[in-house]
Formats: sequence, C-alpha cells, structure tokens
Amino acid sequence: MPTEIYLNVAVNGLLTGLVYGLMALGLSVIFGVVRVVNFAHGEMMTLAMYATVVAFASLGLDPFLMLVPAAAALFALGYLLQVGIINPFINRPEHSQFMLLVAVATILVNLQLILFGPDARSVQTSYSFDSFLVGSLIVDASKAYAGATAVLIAGALFAFFRFTVIGKAIRACADNYTGALVVGLDVKRLYALTFGLGAACVGAAGVMLSLVIDVTPALGPAYTLLAFVIVITGGLGSMPGALLGGVLIGLTEALAGLLYTPSAKSMFAFGILVLVLLFRPQGILGKRIG
Amino acid sequence: MIAPLVADVPRQGLVLLLLLLAALIAAPLIANDYLLTVLILILYFAYAGQAWNIMMGFAGLLSLGHALYVGLGAYTAAALFFHFGVSPWIGLPLAVAASGLVGAVMGFLAFRFGVAGVYFAILTIAFAEFARIGFDHWSWVGGSAGLFVPVANYTQNDLWTLRGSPRMFYYVILALTVAAFVVCHLLLRSRAGYYWQAIREDEEAAQALGIDTFRYKMCAVVLSAGMTSVAGIFFAFYYNNLFPEQVFNIGRSIELILGPIIGGIGTLFGPIIGAFLLTGLSELMQELLSAFGLDAPGAKHVFYGVCLLLVVMVLPDGVWPWLARKLGVKRQQP
Repeated sequence: MPTEIYLNVAVNGLLTGLVYGLMALGLSVIFGVVRVVNFAHGEMMTLAMYATVVAFASLGLDPFLMLVPAAAALFALGYLLQVGIINPFINRPEHSQFMLLVAVATILVNLQLILFGPDARSVQTSYSFDSFLVGSLIVDASKAYAGATAVLIAGALFAFFRFTVIGKAIRACADNYTGALVVGLDVKRLYALTFGLGAACVGAAGVMLSLVIDVTPALGPAYTLLAFVIVITGGLGSMPGALLGGVLIGLTEALAGLLYTPSAKSMFAFGILVLVLLFRPQGILGKRIG
Repeated sequence: MIAPLVADVPRQGLVLLLLLLAALIAAPLIANDYLLTVLILILYFAYAGQAWNIMMGFAGLLSLGHALYVGLGAYTAAALFFHFGVSPWIGLPLAVAASGLVGAVMGFLAFRFGVAGVYFAILTIAFAEFARIGFDHWSWVGGSAGLFVPVANYTQNDLWTLRGSPRMFYYVILALTVAAFVVCHLLLRSRAGYYWQAIREDEEAAQALGIDTFRYKMCAVVLSAGMTSVAGIFFAFYYNNLFPEQVFNIGRSIELILGPIIGGIGTLFGPIIGAFLLTGLSELMQELLSAFGLDAPGAKHVFYGVCLLLVVMVLPDGVWPWLARKLGVKRQQP
C-alpha cells in the first residue's frame, strides 16, 4: 500500500480522535472534581446525537446549529442528576456510586431504544462527501470541522478553569474538599455545575460525532467504555491527558481498521488500556494519587 | 457433616429454608411450562449471582465483566460437544480450568500492578469486551454467526449429554444452586472466608495482620470465575445457541450482578432473594405490558434500571438484611 493511504487514514483518525478527546474530557472533568465515575457518559452522548439527528430530519437544522442547544440541554441534565441523586452519594462507598450510575445508564440506553428503535440513523449534510486536498492528503471535511470545533471547545473549557473565579472555585473543591467547605464554598452547587459542564462537553462531542458515525442505542455503552479507555490512557483527572488519549485511541482505531479489520478495532483500544493499567496506571499525563 | 452447616443458624431460619427447598423440589409437579421456565431463569440468576458474590460480597472485588466467565464456560463446553461430541460433564472441568486460568491471569496482572477500585472494575469490563470481539472473529466457534448446539429431543432426558426436557434442566440448576449455597456457606465460615472479609473491610489492616492478601484475592477471583463458568455451560445447553455479541455483552454482566445487589451484597440469601424479586417482577411486568399491548423491547431493562436505582438509594444494604430483621431470622453476629 502506498504511504499516502496510511497518512490519510492517520489524519482522519486523528480528527475523530479530537472529538473522542472532547467526550473523554467531560468524563475526566467530572471524575477529577466530583470523584464519581460517570458510567452513563456514552448514553448521554447518544442522547445528544439523537437530538441532532432528529432536529436535522424534522427541521433540517444543520448539526452545527445544534451545538449550543444540545450542550445546554445536557448541562441541565447533568446539573439535575448531580443535585437530585448523586450529591447524597458523595460519601458512599465507590461500588455504591458506581451502581447508581449503572442504573442511570441502563435507564437512559433503554429509553433511547424504546423511543428511537434499534436501527442506525445518520445525518446527511450538503458537505457530507466534501473533502480538502492538502498536498497529496485527502481530508474529510466533516471530520475537519468536527475536530476543529472539538479543539475550540476544549480550549474554552481550559480557559474557564484557568481564568474565571468559578473555575478557580471548582479547582479548589477538587484539590481539597474539606478546605473548600471551610472557606465557605457551596461545594454541592459547584459539583452540580461541574457535572453539568462535563455533560455539556459530551453533548457537544455527540453533536460533532453524529457527522462522523451513525447513531444506534448500542453506541452508548460502547462509548462509555471508550471514554474510560481514553481517560485512563491519558490520565484520569488530567485535562490535556484526555485530549491526548483521545487522539491516541482515534489513531489506533483508524490504523487497526486499515491493517486488520474495522470490526476488531476496539480490541486494540482495550489492548492499550490493559498495557497502560499495568505499566503506567496513572495514565500518560496523570499524577499518581495517594 | 450436617451439624457444622447449621450450627449458628436460628431455628426459624432453618425451618423457612427447608420449606423453601421443599417447595422448589415439588414445584415441577404443579408448575406449567411457562412457570417452570421462569423458575429456571430465577435459579440460573441465583446460582450465577452467588458465584459473583464471592468476589464482590466476600472479598470486596467489584467485577463488572462476569459475562466473560459465563461465555468462556459456555463456549468451551459447547464447542467440545459440537465438534467432538464430548459430554458437557467432561467439558466441565476444562471449562472451569479455562475460566479459572483467565481469572488468574487478570487477577495476577491487577493485584501485582496495584490496579484497584474503579480501575479494577474497568479492567474486568475490558477483559470481557476483549473476549467478545475475539470470539466474534474466531471461526472455529462460529464467530459472529453463532454456535448452535444440536437441539434436544424433549421427550427423552439424557443427563449425560444434557439433552432433555425443561424439567430435567430445572433439577440440574436447582442442584447447582443448592450446591453453590452450601459451598458459599462453608466458605464464609472458613479461614479463607474470614480473611476475605478482613480484606474487604480494610485491606491494609488485613495485610498488617499477616494475611497474604494477594493470594486470597487470587483465590476469590479463580473460585468465582470457575463457578460462574458452570452457569455458562448450563446456559449453552439450555438455550442451544451462543452469539458472542449476546453472551459476552456488558448488559449480561450487569444483569447477572443485579440480583445479589438488590438482594444484599455479601449475604448468602441476597442472590436468591434478588433473583426471585427481579426475575419475578420483570416477568410480571412483561405480562402486564403485553396485556395492554405495550410490548416495547427495552421496557424490561428500563424496569431493571429503576429497580436498581431505588434499591441503591433506599436500601443500600439490599433487601435481605431488611427482610431478615422483619422475619426475625437475623443471625447472631459472631
């Protein structure tokens, strides 16, 4: 095979990987602050994907117009979830929190199955088959837009945590729960805000991803796992790590699909997960906890 | 032999237990085919839940990938029977060995490299998913097109090849469930059982007391994996068809652990009560839904989700500890 094919596949994998990164960023932010593993992450993402698909099919709305509404809706869902059922579980044992989110995930994925059925749905925009020619590389237009948007949103989130007062307060909660309480921060509300932000990230990622792949309810659990693989690879709780992990997994999947067979591509992602867990359990950019 | 089994069980509890056992033995005499299938399903979940409970309930190791061991057991026994006509009873030790080995590899990697808590749970999912995709591409066992065990002749019960009527399968799974119950009861009162509980409560303290935590955690994983694979053999020969997409599915792993969680993690009756409640209620609900003409495919699992949510929120210790207090059969704390 000529080298260009590898390069083409690698670039497209990298762009998809950026969207994966944004999805994983949501999971990472939630875990880094609230210390709860969002087991319903992929299911939240397919919710946003379905919103995009339905809005496109019934109103003809371009997926990029759905970015803000979908992110806002997911923010509300995440906020309410944290206030309503997760906050009382903050001091419960780990497996108890895990079960709670497993229950939420089970309900979400099966509600989607009832509402939308098991068949794959997709968005066919006017630029679905467009591509850019960069030198001898062919870059898929939808993937390029999606990847660029993912980077922009991730950048905005970095800036929010770095430069705003609320962002600083959230980081304080993550660093020291008791300390944050002592200085008078409303930790529960900040937790809800964080969960909302994480959910908004995955909502935006879902809108972008609907440009790239077809949505089925079964995608939810699969992408929850993929998000875990990415954040553990990059480093749970590390924001740049999530993006890096996303790109790495996106590349791996794309190349595995080319070299072996597309249906076995997530096997390679799990292979990377096992290697990372064994040899660098804190992840590539993560810090060792405890 | 019986005496140590019942030494610290309150008399009321013993009477209730014997009544339940007698009812289960007599059930096929009065139950129709439908009820019998539901009972088989309940006992299947009770058995598999009991096996999972050894890891989570006794040793505090959360596995979310137990479908892996169900699948390995199912595929080992079914493939041997399909290709070579080997009886599942001969396939059984091989299936247990295969599952135990995979469990040991995973446990070794996890415990040697300090993978714990949430990370451990995700590692178990990763192994199960790995197996799912692997079996999907392995043509000797049928790949994604599935493996089919030659269908049973319902009029003739052949216990040796496990081909026969639902009634035969019912007694097989009942025997398995009773055996698992007795084994777990003995385990809880053994040295290993006390070590596991110590590890579950505080691993560092257990280690400081001189318990070889690595060894006992390995024991729990291997034992649980081996027992779960037997459930897989039953599954393969009862349903006669295996698809990697279904057998190794993460939904299967979740379904399997709901019973013990709802019934009560770490208790002997939890998996049984949980299986009765969950399967019973979901069958009832399916009847009601189809009676009203609302037969949606995901409805049963939405119901599972709501049950799990309610139990985790309202009765975090599960139904059995609460029920035991109500029945007055709570065992004295040793």
